[in-house]
Amino acid sequence: MSAFNAIGEERDIDRDEFTPEIEPQATWCPGCGDFGVLKALKQAMPEVGRNPEETLLVTGIGCSGKLSSYFRSYGFHSIHGRSLPVARAAKMANPDLEVIAAGGDGDGYGIGGNHFMHTARENHDMTYIVFDNEIFGLTKGQTSPTSPKGHKSKTQPHGSAKQPIRPLSLALTSGASYVARTAAVNPNQAKEILTEAMEHDGFAHVDFLTQCPTWNKDAKQYVPYIDVQDSDDYDFDITDRGEASEMMQEAENKLYEGEVLTGRFYKDSDRPSYQQEKQATGDMPEEPLAERYFDDDYEWERSYDLLDRHK
Amino acid sequence: MTDDELIWRIAGGSGDGIDSTSQNFAKALMRSGLNVFTHRHYPSRIRGGHTYVEIRAKDEPVKSRGDNYNFLLALGDSFARNPQEEAYYGNEEVKPLSENLDELREGGVIVYDSGLLDASEIENFDERVEENNWHVYDLDLRGLAKEHGREVMRNTAGVGATAALLDMDLQYIEDLMEDAMSGDVLEANLQILEEAYESVNENYEHTHDLRAPTGSADEEQVLVSGSHGIAYGALDEGCRFISGYPMTPWTDVYTIMTQHLPEMGGISEQVEDEIAAASLAIGASHAGAKAMSGSSGGGFALMSEPLGLAEITETPIVLVEAMRAGPSTGMPTKPEQGDLEHVLYTSQGDSNRVVFAPGDPAECYEQTRKAFEIAYEYQIPAIVLYDQKLSGGHQTVPEEVFDEEPNPDIGSVVTEAELEEAVQEAGRFKRYMYDDEESGFGGVSRRSIPGQKGGNFLASGNEHNEVGHISEDADNRTIQMNRRMAKLDAIREELTETSDHQPVYGPEDAEYGILSFGSTKGVIEEAVDRLNEEGHSVKAMNVSDIMPFPKDEVTEFLESVDESLVVEMNASAQFRRHIQGQLGRFGEKLYSLLKYDGNPFEPEEVVSGFESRLGEEADLSQYNVRIESATGD
Ligand SMILES: Cc1ncc(C[n+]2csc(CCOP(=O)(O)OP(=O)(O)O)c2C)c(N)n1
Ligand code: SF4
Ligand SMILES: [Mg+2]
Repeated sequence: MSAFNAIGEERDIDRDEFTPEIEPQATWCPGCGDFGVLKALKQAMPEVGRNPEETLLVTGIGCSGKLSSYFRSYGFHSIHGRSLPVARAAKMANPDLEVIAAGGDGDGYGIGGNHFMHTARENHDMTYIVFDNEIFGLTKGQTSPTSPKGHKSKTQPHGSAKQPIRPLSLALTSGASYVARTAAVNPNQAKEILTEAMEHDGFAHVDFLTQCPTWNKDAKQYVPYIDVQDSDDYDFDITDRGEASEMMQEAENKLYEGEVLTGRFYKDSDRPSYQQEKQATGDMPEEPLAERYFDDDYEWERSYDLLDRHK
Repeated sequence: MTDDELIWRIAGGSGDGIDSTSQNFAKALMRSGLNVFTHRHYPSRIRGGHTYVEIRAKDEPVKSRGDNYNFLLALGDSFARNPQEEAYYGNEEVKPLSENLDELREGGVIVYDSGLLDASEIENFDERVEENNWHVYDLDLRGLAKEHGREVMRNTAGVGATAALLDMDLQYIEDLMEDAMSGDVLEANLQILEEAYESVNENYEHTHDLRAPTGSADEEQVLVSGSHGIAYGALDEGCRFISGYPMTPWTDVYTIMTQHLPEMGGISEQVEDEIAAASLAIGASHAGAKAMSGSSGGGFALMSEPLGLAEITETPIVLVEAMRAGPSTGMPTKPEQGDLEHVLYTSQGDSNRVVFAPGDPAECYEQTRKAFEIAYEYQIPAIVLYDQKLSGGHQTVPEEVFDEEPNPDIGSVVTEAELEEAVQEAGRFKRYMYDDEESGFGGVSRRSIPGQKGGNFLASGNEHNEVGHISEDADNRTIQMNRRMAKLDAIREELTETSDHQPVYGPEDAEYGILSFGSTKGVIEEAVDRLNEEGHSVKAMNVSDIMPFPKDEVTEFLESVDESLVVEMNASAQFRRHIQGQLGRFGEKLYSLLKYDGNPFEPEEVVSGFESRLGEEADLSQYNVRIESATGD
């Protein structure tokens, strides 16, 4: 018998279950794109069929990091840039959990960029949502890794001299097996993409365009957007790395020219997840480690039995 | 400095297999019933550089490397022979012999490989031999090895020669070789061993008196390092998750865990950096596993922020800090105790953690177990602080130390039945309840684990209220801070109840005291024995509970003595400052003996340091140590 009876419950799940009992007053500004992520996620959960108590949402620090405050589930609001290492270890300790990590563009592509690369490379079976508003929201509007070249802010008053980061391409080269971009202004697509991302068996990266009307006034509101899957102008195979890569480059370039290209960019359904890879080499137990501590019959190994080598 | 002990030094090139040769030789001595202590000295590079391992063996318990040594086996350095790079390597080749002469005792024995080393290259070699009454045996070890096997087997030839000169039974060494090797390699090695043994007995007159001591230990002993102690303690506490990034000397404990975890259904992760390493331990623990991570100084610095996150979210984790000489990259392979304050206070806000500093491999085992128990009961990070010396140095420990039952208990966690009750009573589970009477511990409110029905909550690095929501309410803040900080007093009380807690070494009514922490324990005990034999009246306390600090025990110790020396391996007397800070008094009674040259204390240095303070004639200038008075209170 499992010690975790919320896991695998057979029942219908309602999106309202993901609204906290005592809803904290939202600290997001009116019109903020972050509301769109919350809504899309709540809508996607029943589609995926996972309930709040078998879900762990790990967030970073930023306006985006507050997602875990307004979403009812097991949550971990960690520190700036570190949602991924916390989340992926939780997934390894108990692979039966639905694990989602989320944070801002500064959080994920800047201070936590190293973790992004490595978590993608390992292909953990989890979903990573990056609230991409091209700005540091919480700290009042400084330049972020996705701010366009030339973007002026109080910390880069003469305009950023840097090329913005290419989040989709970075995810692809790092090894993510599902890469998509959606936008808060496109709730239906957002819900669908988050559903697919969670259902995908591997590291799913969603670059979620979230407008920040407060600090990024000159930025586009990400309308009109184009869904690359629905458009006749674009035709590429999302399972082909080369074609996906080209399409990503184009989407990344066009964003700064005012054209918002969204949709699925890459999907590899064959690549084994990190858990599968590790289990195949005997590096990870078949049964979730977290269950073992509740199993009264488990025979725990003793160091005393390792002493022969020291005699 | 008697010769009822053997201190055998094997010197050669880094990467010449000195480590494994010395391990086997140490085990052979142990199997003959002796107590053994090893000390390794090596430079921070893989290729080249002079290295040595010292093995001290005695019938009585050995607690330190001792003073100097009495038997040198100087092998060639295979990486020193590069004629093209004369300027770089200089005359490295002869260093295994030349560099080791200063510490060889009068009357000591030298065996060197004349196939690779030319003693005539060393200035005044013959004069020094005569002056110090050394007994020199030059043997073509390389030739012997080449004749029956391969050149690298010259280590074996050296061991054979050693055994002959010390009148040792070859059986123990042969048994060990049979355990470790097989086939042609074993055959060749056995032949070389015996050939060397016989050739020394037949062709050389034995002019020295030194013999291997006779051992009489009858209980089963094991030869383990502090890192084994820590790893085995963690395994016996049910720790099945480790995340790390390599850094000397922390890598020792990390690799031992990694060697065993897969076969025990555990998980070891090598990650991108130490921020990730500590964060992974937090994530795994949050999801219900017993988890650990660790590093050495620089890597531990990167763990600062996650460490604070564990404190405020009350996520149990155990971190290991294996100190080496700092600041910055410092001296990567040299021991120091300079990270004490770093470990105590790093990370923003009021520090709220437990720190243990074990003094030997057995304490490493016991205190790592304690660290896990405390961490998981009290939901607080616990740190095991040790150093390069304890990490790599091996020591004989009675096997029964490890004959303990495993404890996989995950501490103060609620059950689903309790959660159901809580939800019925209060509408929902309060993870950070102000006053959780059921938990039974000061300050602890029980936690739930993701996946448990009825237990969902938010763990946040922001200050939060009882259910976990972010809150900046002034009253809530004060209550939550007080609740978390109260754990330390409760832990202190629990630790004090443990029997033989913070034992005192030496006569109870002694006039003088010596205080220390961590790996200096054994050296100080030897120094205390010597001082008392010489007519002084001294006792010592090696403090292993760094935080919470055992205030009553240390106060009692200091009240009972006229003065106390505080011995530590750093330049700024961090431990003395910690004692004064914790007790708020005793400044007038404390003075420090400090050493930070990269080498651990030897007993004689502690003896001289102590005597110099009493105004006795003791020449400290020959040592890299310094005496310093406390500034008073
Ligand atoms: C180590 C650390 N450095 C800096 C900060 C301050 N800080 C908080 S959020 C943030 C940037 C937020 O930008 P982003 O990640 O894009 O999130 P957003 O607010 O835009 O959602 C910064 C710099 C911090 N909390 N921790
Ligand atoms: S500052 Fe920007 S990102 Fe933050 S809540 Fe307001 S609108 Fe949203
Ligand atoms: Mg942002």
